[in-house]
Amino acid sequence: MKTPKKIKWKHFINYIVIGVFTLIFSLLSVTNSLDLLQKFLLEKIAISILLSVSLGLVVGFLGELSLGHAGFMCIGAYLGGKAASILEPILGSTLLTLTISLVIGGVSALISGLIIGLPALRLKGDYLAIVTLAFGEIVKTLFLNSSEDSFGGPTGINTPRFDNKYLFIVGFVLVLFMLFVIQNLIRSKHGRAITAIRDSEIAARATGINVVKYKLLVFALSAFFAGIAGVLYSYSNYTVQCTKFDYNYSIEILVMVVLGGMGNINGSIISALLITFLQVELASILTGNLAVLQNILYALVLILIVIYNNAPSLKGFRDKYNFKNLIKRLRKQKFDPSKEIDDEAKWDRVPTKIEMNEVLSLDIKVEESTLKPDKGDK
Amino acid sequence: MLDFIVTFINGLSLGGIYAMIALGYTMVYGIAKMLNFAHGDIIMVSGYILIVFMGITGNIPLSILISIFFAGMFGVLMEKSAYMPLRGASPLAVLITAIGVSYLLQSVAQMIFGSAPKYVVIANLGSVNLFGLSIQLYKIITLAVTIVIMVVLSLFIKFSKTGRAMIAVSEDRGASGLMGIDSNKIISITFLIGAMLASVACTLYFLLTPNINPTFGAKPGIKAFTAAVIGGIGSIPGAMIGGIFLGIIECFSNSIPVLSPYTDAIEFLILIILLLVRPTGILGKKRKEKV
Repeated sequence: MKTPKKIKWKHFINYIVIGVFTLIFSLLSVTNSLDLLQKFLLEKIAISILLSVSLGLVVGFLGELSLGHAGFMCIGAYLGGKAASILEPILGSTLLTLTISLVIGGVSALISGLIIGLPALRLKGDYLAIVTLAFGEIVKTLFLNSSEDSFGGPTGINTPRFDNKYLFIVGFVLVLFMLFVIQNLIRSKHGRAITAIRDSEIAARATGINVVKYKLLVFALSAFFAGIAGVLYSYSNYTVQCTKFDYNYSIEILVMVVLGGMGNINGSIISALLITFLQVELASILTGNLAVLQNILYALVLILIVIYNNAPSLKGFRDKYNFKNLIKRLRKQKFDPSKEIDDEAKWDRVPTKIEMNEVLSLDIKVEESTLKPDKGDK
Repeated sequence: MLDFIVTFINGLSLGGIYAMIALGYTMVYGIAKMLNFAHGDIIMVSGYILIVFMGITGNIPLSILISIFFAGMFGVLMEKSAYMPLRGASPLAVLITAIGVSYLLQSVAQMIFGSAPKYVVIANLGSVNLFGLSIQLYKIITLAVTIVIMVVLSLFIKFSKTGRAMIAVSEDRGASGLMGIDSNKIISITFLIGAMLASVACTLYFLLTPNINPTFGAKPGIKAFTAAVIGGIGSIPGAMIGGIFLGIIECFSNSIPVLSPYTDAIEFLILIILLLVRPTGILGKKRKEKV
């Protein structure tokens, strides 16, 4: 008999939280109780979430380091922004213009993701990291040297406006769309294949996983959402300049992914929200040379978190004082391994194990009884 | 033809600087099996140390020696504090930490010295006439220093006890430990040598561009890294070949007006194409993957 599928609320909690969050702010925005800066902050948060979750797909799930994420965003911002400024006189500043430019920006970034995915098939680890870094620099150089009437060279391009009452809502709808795509991918058999490639590429190949297909898929998908974030950025800032999309910006996105925990989508969302919020709030407090303090903080957070999570000598400490145990201790429950539910694989709760033990113990009894007469002979 | 020779010599001298920085990358990669992304920023740190001591002592040769010493110590400190706890961790973790260290150094330098460039004059050197060609003296000095350092370093690694220990650690860290080699000490020495080479390269780079700002090290760092990867990372002759190859390409690309804005893009494109054809660089050894 087929048991009905139980809905796991754990899997839907982030949709619900973001949905409610968006709804509240949409209501506030429609009733004109948000000022311009707050709307801008919300737009920035949406962009950061798009970027950090899409980079997290490559770094956390595929296990390859990409240092050119800002490059994909740059392509999306320039091509999507250009498309929007061409379309605006024809279609006006409507949702249709925005949608078309989002598609154009996303698809052009996707194509470049496929191109950068090609070297990824032969290279990995450090070599791939430098290729993605080189890619980001090439993109920046090309746009910097573009002619005045194509992409504006160093001054960049101006992009049309969209009613900023609704732009952040579009951003969060895109975030929900991305979560839907990426989470369903990760929880499907394709997602299992991707994490298998991360854990051991050789073993994944041996079990018949098409490594080429999945690597290209992940790179293309991640670039697509970075491109969409780029288009959103161009709408949010009214202007696109390639100096913004440098190596440091890629690092900033990487900090979000690492801070949230590699391979953890909800973590990436929370850290993107936190960092963007702090960035905007701190920008008004820290001025002049003190503005650098923020970068120092990023760097320290990055180093300390990576050392804490990965240092072999801290493993005992980590097992003892991790987040899960802390919550348990707060609830005054003793840590009991038998009550731990592992919903990834249910091997230890399969009843055959007990049956096997019974069979084994029966066998031993039989052997003992047959052995006794032998002993008596001696 | 004369232009061609002059550009070629420019390329050789720039390539020499790149090769010297690339040696630091390649030695650390060969021995500690990690990419030290912060290597380029040691150049910057060494440059600021040089400026500070030039202000205090006023004696340029002394300040250069002091900056080389402190840069070496700084390299060791960086290794001990950030990279040593991660020995044996996944390569991705080490790489991200190195990026963090690089970002940290740039930000701290910006806080202390500000982001505006500082002008440094080490020496005003004229030019000499060689076979009817007027060549600036600093290019010849750069070339000479590079050649001397490379010969000394090759001899050191081949014949000294420490050098041979370095080769042993890079071949097999576990086995070299059983032979009584302290691999932690050898890795520290590697960082020391790499940082000192970066400091020498910094002094030579000052002759070329007498300005320093917090991201001063990023450009030569990335170029030298590209050179090390082109030559085959982990291989010392590879770093030399890669550095000089890249320097020559950069100078020739800069001398052609149509290509000059795209010089960086061309260099990185060459890197990507080369890696697609030979994934381990020109002289890199192919490592067999094991389960």
